[in-house]
Amino acid sequence: MAMTNGRRRVYLDYSATTPVAPEVAQAMAPFLSEMYGNAASLHSYGREAAAALDEAHQVLGCAIGARASEIVFTGCGTEADNLALRGAAFAARQRGRGNHIISAPTEHQAVEGTLRQLQDVFDFEVTMLPVDGCGRVDPDDVRRALRPDTILVSLMMANNEVGTIAPVAEIGRICREHGALFHTDAVQCPAWLPINVEAINADLLALSSHKFYGPKGVGVLYIRDGTPYLPALTGGGHERGRRAGTVNVAGAVGTAAAIKYAAGQREAQASRLQRLRDRLIEGILASVPDARVSGHPRDRLPHHASFVFKGVDGETLLMALDVEGIAVSTGSACASGDPEPSPALLAMGIPREWALGGLRISLGYHTTADEIEYVIETLPRCVEQVRRAFADA
Amino acid sequence: MSGGVDSSVAAALLVERGYDVIGIMLRLWAEPAPAESAGRENANRCCAPEAVADARAIARQLGIPFYDIDAQSVFKEKVVDPWIRAYGEASTPNPCFNCNRSIRFGFLMQRALALGADFLATGHYARIAVTGEGAAARYRLLKGVDARKDQSYVLHVLGQRDLARALFPCGDFTKEQVREMARQFRLPTAERAESQDLCFLTEGDYRGFLLRQAPGIATPGPILNTRGETIGRHEGLPFYTIGQRKGLNIAPHSARAEALYVLRLDPARNAVIVGTADELGTSRVTIRRMHYVSGAPPAGPTRCSAKVRYKAREAACALVPLPDGGAQFVFDEAQRDATPGQGLVAYDGDEVIGGGLIAREA
Repeated sequence: MAMTNGRRRVYLDYSATTPVAPEVAQAMAPFLSEMYGNAASLHSYGREAAAALDEAHQVLGCAIGARASEIVFTGCGTEADNLALRGAAFAARQRGRGNHIISAPTEHQAVEGTLRQLQDVFDFEVTMLPVDGCGRVDPDDVRRALRPDTILVSLMMANNEVGTIAPVAEIGRICREHGALFHTDAVQCPAWLPINVEAINADLLALSSHKFYGPKGVGVLYIRDGTPYLPALTGGGHERGRRAGTVNVAGAVGTAAAIKYAAGQREAQASRLQRLRDRLIEGILASVPDARVSGHPRDRLPHHASFVFKGVDGETLLMALDVEGIAVSTGSACASGDPEPSPALLAMGIPREWALGGLRISLGYHTTADEIEYVIETLPRCVEQVRRAFADA
Repeated sequence: MSGGVDSSVAAALLVERGYDVIGIMLRLWAEPAPAESAGRENANRCCAPEAVADARAIARQLGIPFYDIDAQSVFKEKVVDPWIRAYGEASTPNPCFNCNRSIRFGFLMQRALALGADFLATGHYARIAVTGEGAAARYRLLKGVDARKDQSYVLHVLGQRDLARALFPCGDFTKEQVREMARQFRLPTAERAESQDLCFLTEGDYRGFLLRQAPGIATPGPILNTRGETIGRHEGLPFYTIGQRKGLNIAPHSARAEALYVLRLDPARNAVIVGTADELGTSRVTIRRMHYVSGAPPAGPTRCSAKVRYKAREAACALVPLPDGGAQFVFDEAQRDATPGQGLVAYDGDEVIGGGLIAREA
């Protein structure tokens, strides 16, 4: 367990971000120093960079069952989602294909916010499908919601907040049969699950490097060849005209190294962490009254534990845990500190007094059994402390 | 922590004394920026983006955790809305009382306890004296040693339970000493200017704010003299306060030689009553709900001193507890500015006895 200034610190927020793996940093280092060429330049400096970038495309394509030419490096996962949705929606409009998009209320803000703008400002029609108590969309609901003018379905592969894995293979097949594009936000997945765009019939797929031991500031967008796509970032012809802007070569190289690293770790870590995670859930449920697991009990990311605690303010609980050195999150990246309950939890039918107390504990490759025991020991006391304080005043 | 000098020095002093300190800043409500500047961050002076950055940097320098907590909706509900309503009832409210009671020693205290804290410390200039121990402990609220900065007035709303878990590290020092300590601690706020205005008024003008937030709040009506004659028009009772002389729209012929002042506001007639300086002032002030720091009223009438506004001079008086929980104050000399809605705070020397909101005389 890490010690900082004599205090115990436990990082259990790997779904928020992961450390850069040493081999990733090593792979990036030359491109942050002597190999500084612009990959779009003609000369030898540019060629060095271009060769490294070509290889990064290869590696990423290979990792998700795609061709190198179908990979676009972006500035982050949110940007990848934005480019995918805007690119597909505006290209469809340009071709007069329709105006209807299908999604769900459990999507990450990167998707939710983009779709809201497409609806409110650009007059696309967005249907939000219901989700079950675990946050899952029923593929039959997708089938029923599809219309002749449906251009795009956007449903995430695994949920950031509750860890539930979606039946994307089935959803992708339904979309394909119907002729609608399928976009999936797979940002939470590469460190834990194999991804194959063929297996899930994805036309568009978004990743974020720092979620799988790569650097921050790099996202990946997969665009299936032949997918109608209008670039939202225009300028030079970078990334085959799909994302203008000088490519972050070091970031792309780091992302390639990271996906290789994750692929090597994934299987062994998934089974190790699943055991630790299950021990954590069991320990918490056994010692905290009025506690429930949110999300699917089994079909969930192996490193992901999420809870709701009745009558507890999740944000306050986070702070109480932080004071004890435990770094976790409420599960939704809520930059504003808004005291409203998570819309995703509410959509799952979780009552308000429970939904305010959402907590996500996400394990990582470096998580130890000791750390989990420390949480099992500390968290019940913190929940009790928060409940007592709120009852007191 | 506000990023300002007082709360920063308070935190630094506690760290120095060996306390395990957690920094908290509350994000308070401010009037939303006009639509054309959408996306601008909350502009409440207590927690503008620069203030957050300052406080965070200070916490980092002190090696303590720091959280900024969103208290906007509770602040709006418990402080701003009642403040607006009070103007609608022809009072002149002080929002700092509700803020200290419901936000600092309510919302914030709750969160501090939830984080495992034993005490809530603030940068207020006031002191706490303890006598006895354990269950027998009694807490007295005293003025800060710096008479010019003393903030015991706004803290009179606190009770035994609040004081038992409050710390006011700045209260033992003068502002000058606090500034000097900030320099010694190398805190970057040592020279920051102080603000007197209400934190949630972005434009600084409460009249415009009231009209935007409560459009129907101001109805023009007559200005009457003490004989009941109409001598002018007012723009709405919320824009006038007792003792006010400027900005009265009175016809020149009736202004005569003698200056006229607002004597009282009469919501029943929607009238502003004006009179001469010698008609201004009252020696009897009634408090409907009197709060005592000790938790109980004195056994009978008690000599003390009291002030009727934050910046008013303390004046000698008798405190007469009323059986219904109210109190009557009988001043030796008439108080010019006793204004319904403002707070009266009673002192025994340096000690705060308690206080309450000044009621409208029937």
